[in-house]
Parts: sequence; C-alpha cells; structure tokens
Amino acid sequence: MEEGRAGDKGDGLLKRLFGMGSWGENSRKTVTFGDAGAVTGGRVYSVFAVLFLFVLWFVSSAYQWVNPIFWPSPLAVWEQFVDILFTGYRRFTLWEHIGWSLYRILLGFGFGCLVGIPLGFAMGLSNVVRGICDPVVEFFRPIPPLAFIPLVIIWSGIGERSKILLLFLAALWIMAIAARSGVSSVRLSKIHAAYSLGASKFQVLRYVILPNALPEIFIGMRVAMGVCWGTVVAAELVAAESGVGFMIMAASRFMTTDVVVLGIVIIGLIGYGIDILMRILENYLVPWKGKG
Amino acid sequence: MQGLNISGVSMVYELPNGVKVEALSDVNFSLEPGAVLSVLGPSGCGKTTLLNILAGFLAPTQGEVILNGHPIEGPDAERGMVFQQGALFEWLTVSENVGFGPAMKGMSKKEVKEKVESWLVTVGLQDFGDKAVYELSGGMQQRVALARCLANDPDLILMDEPLGALDALTREKMQSLILKLWKETGKTIIVITHSVEEALFLGQKLFVMAPRPGRIEKRYNLPFAERGLVEDPRSIKTEPEFIEVREEVLSMIWGMEEQIMGQL
Repeated sequence: MEEGRAGDKGDGLLKRLFGMGSWGENSRKTVTFGDAGAVTGGRVYSVFAVLFLFVLWFVSSAYQWVNPIFWPSPLAVWEQFVDILFTGYRRFTLWEHIGWSLYRILLGFGFGCLVGIPLGFAMGLSNVVRGICDPVVEFFRPIPPLAFIPLVIIWSGIGERSKILLLFLAALWIMAIAARSGVSSVRLSKIHAAYSLGASKFQVLRYVILPNALPEIFIGMRVAMGVCWGTVVAAELVAAESGVGFMIMAASRFMTTDVVVLGIVIIGLIGYGIDILMRILENYLVPWKGKG
Repeated sequence: MQGLNISGVSMVYELPNGVKVEALSDVNFSLEPGAVLSVLGPSGCGKTTLLNILAGFLAPTQGEVILNGHPIEGPDAERGMVFQQGALFEWLTVSENVGFGPAMKGMSKKEVKEKVESWLVTVGLQDFGDKAVYELSGGMQQRVALARCLANDPDLILMDEPLGALDALTREKMQSLILKLWKETGKTIIVITHSVEEALFLGQKLFVMAPRPGRIEKRYNLPFAERGLVEDPRSIKTEPEFIEVREEVLSMIWGMEEQIMGQL
C-alpha cells in the first residue's frame, strides 16, 4: 500500500503556505522543507495570483467599492491607454513619453558604464587608484541618487542635461564597484597560467582579467539599470516636460487617476522588461558565469 | 649549459609581527634536460615556494636559478605550468584554451589550429575542441591543461598537484598519460604531489622535503618511471621493491608531520 509521507494529512493551510506541509506533490523526497531544490516552480500559482488580482480589480470597480477618483476601473485605464497611445498626453504620445524616459536612462547609464568600468578596473589593478578612489566611491555609493536632484538642478537647470547627469551619478558608483570586484575576483592561478603561456601584461588584461570580470560587470549593469529606471521616473516627477514620470505627475494635478495608474502599470512593466532583457543578454553574452 | 641548475636558493618571509620564516634554506640541485623529478613533503616544507621560484612568480632572497644557461627572472613561455584545477579559461573553448599560448605569440590562425588539433589528438580530446571547458569532467579538464601547456612548447614543465582533485581511477590513468607525454616530448618535468605512490611512479628522481626550515631531506633515484610505460602500472605499484620505498618515504613524512603537530 502506497502511504503518504508522515504529516501529509491534516496539515493546516498556514503550515502549507510556509512550505512546512505538503500540497500533495508527487515527490519521493522525504525532506522538502529547507531543500532549496524543492522550491523552484510554483509558476501555476503565479498565473492564479495575477488572474486573481485582475478579477479583484474588475469586481471592485464594477461594484464601486472604492471611489473611481481614488482607484479607477481597469476599463477606464485601458481607454486612457488607447487614447494616449494615439492622441497623446500633454503634447507627447505614450510612445514618446516612454521613449524620452528610456533615452535618458540609456545615456546616463551609458556614460556611467563608460566612466565607471575603467575606474573600477583601475581600482582593482592599482594600489594608488584604489587608495585615492575608495573613500570617494564608498562615500557616494550609499547616497540615494534622488538626494542629488536639488544639486544637479542648481548646476544644470531642469533640462535634459541635469537628468542625464543624475542618472550618470546613479550608475557610476554601481559600475565602478562591480568592475572592481570583477577584477579582484580573478583566481591567481589563471593569471600565473597566462604569464607562463607567454602573455604580456596587456594580453593578460584583455584575455584574462576582462573576460573574468564580465559576469560581475553584468550583474552591476542589471542593478544599475534597475536603479536608473527608478531614478529617471522620480526625476521626471520633480522636473520634466516629458517622460512617464512627468505623465503621472501631471495627471495627478488634475486628479485623472486612470492616467496615473496607467503610468504606474507601464513603469512596472518596463522595469520588469528591462530586467528580463538583461538576463537574456547575460545568458547569451557571459554563459561561463559561475563556471570557473 | 643545458638543463636546470639551482644553487644556494633560500627564501625568507617576514610575517607582519616581525617573525622571520625560512620557507627554503640553501636548496641545491641540478636536472639534466629530459628528466622527470617529483617532489614530496608535508605541508609547510616549501615545495610550492620552490615551484613558484622556478616558475618565476617569486624571487628568492638568496641563490641562483639557471635554466639552459640564463637566470630565471620572471614568468616566461619557456616554463609551462599545470595547476591543480581552475586555471583553465572558462570563457574560452577547449581549442581556444589549448591554442592560447601560440595565439599570444602571434602565430597565424592556421598554425594555431594545426597545433591545437594535433595536441587534442595526443591527449584524446579530438572530439571535444568546440566544447566549453566547464562541460568537461575533471580528468578531461586536466588533459586540456596538459595540452595547453605542451602546445606552447616549453623547455621545462612545472606541475603543482596536477592530479590532486581527481578521483583515484582517473588519477591512475592520468599518471600514465603524463608518462606518455614525457616520453613522447622529452620535456623536463617537475611534479609536486601529495601522493607518495604517484611521486614514486612518475619520478626518475624524487626529493622528499622537510619543513622548518624548508629543505631537501632525502633524494632518490628511481627506476619505475622508465618502466611505467611498457609494464602494467598496477603490477609495478604492487611489487615488493616499490612497496618498500613507498613505506620508507611514508614513515619519513609521517615522522615530520608528527613533529609539526608536536610543535603546535
């Protein structure tokens, strides 16, 4: 007779939710609580969760549980979406708002990488540069980029330059630290092997240190992209004439909550999309990550 | 003046608290071209320090290291390294790893390809050239490391525990491969190992090193490496003569280990 595992029956819902009980999965493992390998899926539940949230949204607005001024119906948000997509909001279509936001982070992030990665390399390779830059980088790193908004506005006004400068500062420290740690993580035997195979210092840098650091640089890029996306939206809330952040800020002044919610949904989706894109790029460009 | 000559090599480290540690004290030996030497010893006897000096990664505080008539002053393609594990470049394929040295020298792609292919055949990896190194088993990875070293055509090959991370069966097979490569290429080889059996089987010469200060305690000339190619390795390793030397060396090293433990 096939018997269930001990404790299968009579597990309370709370116990099961925290993984201490069984959902009746067909596994021969007797130890699952604490086994990280046993908690990998759950995709079915993701679909249910998303569906549930949507249904809740539909039902709550259909029955007007909340005043639409505070929380719009999904239909209203959809209509705004179609409207803004084609006719635009505040002189720009939705695509243009998204485009402006993306343009800003790509420039700011790009400059951040351009300066931060070589800086991190120098910090990982030279005692002098490490000594000089370490206190600076470690000081600026924990400061939220938003704290620089007043300063960059004083420096370069409310135009594009100030936002790109802000994003540059947001990405710079992250990239410098990622590159530094990538350089420092190279195993000495690889460096020794390369020199013994006749590589010059430049060749060791180009063919050993750089590829060895790439996975960590990529992790830094993923983090920096996330931070930049959050920062650009916030910067647009403060001062801008375009962008997704500007769109929701402007809408809130007129209590057009449906545009605000639409903006929030778009911000979430794009942030999620950026992370997925970076992961795909990572798998494609640095497949050797963690395989050393 | 061909071969390796080491005279009066000492290495003294100073610890942060000012205490001086003699990792090597007055080491002298010479090795004719084409010889294979194995080095054994308890931890702290300075065998890795010696290898690092030969490779050119460390400069001794005293003494001279001369290879083929010129002093060793830094790492160079004339001295190849085989490490225990993790020294392959995981961002390169097996072929690219093997061809690394020739490519760095600026050899043409065609020449590199030819070299790589012939070395892959020699180590039995001709079908694995396009694989990533992390897709290979530990034993295969070490074969890549051997091929990478040999493709660079060094005069002296330094192996630091090359088979240390392998399981016992793979290890025996790899010992035979090392002997085969040694015979086919006629390279001078120095192998550091922790396995007494491996040291006896691979070395024409064997140095047993002792710690505090690090020095060569005993030197052996051994017949087994020459025979290891033609005779069955297992029967060599189980013959009375082999076992006798093995037990002698083992008890010598155990004695040293006990002394170290006693000093703690």
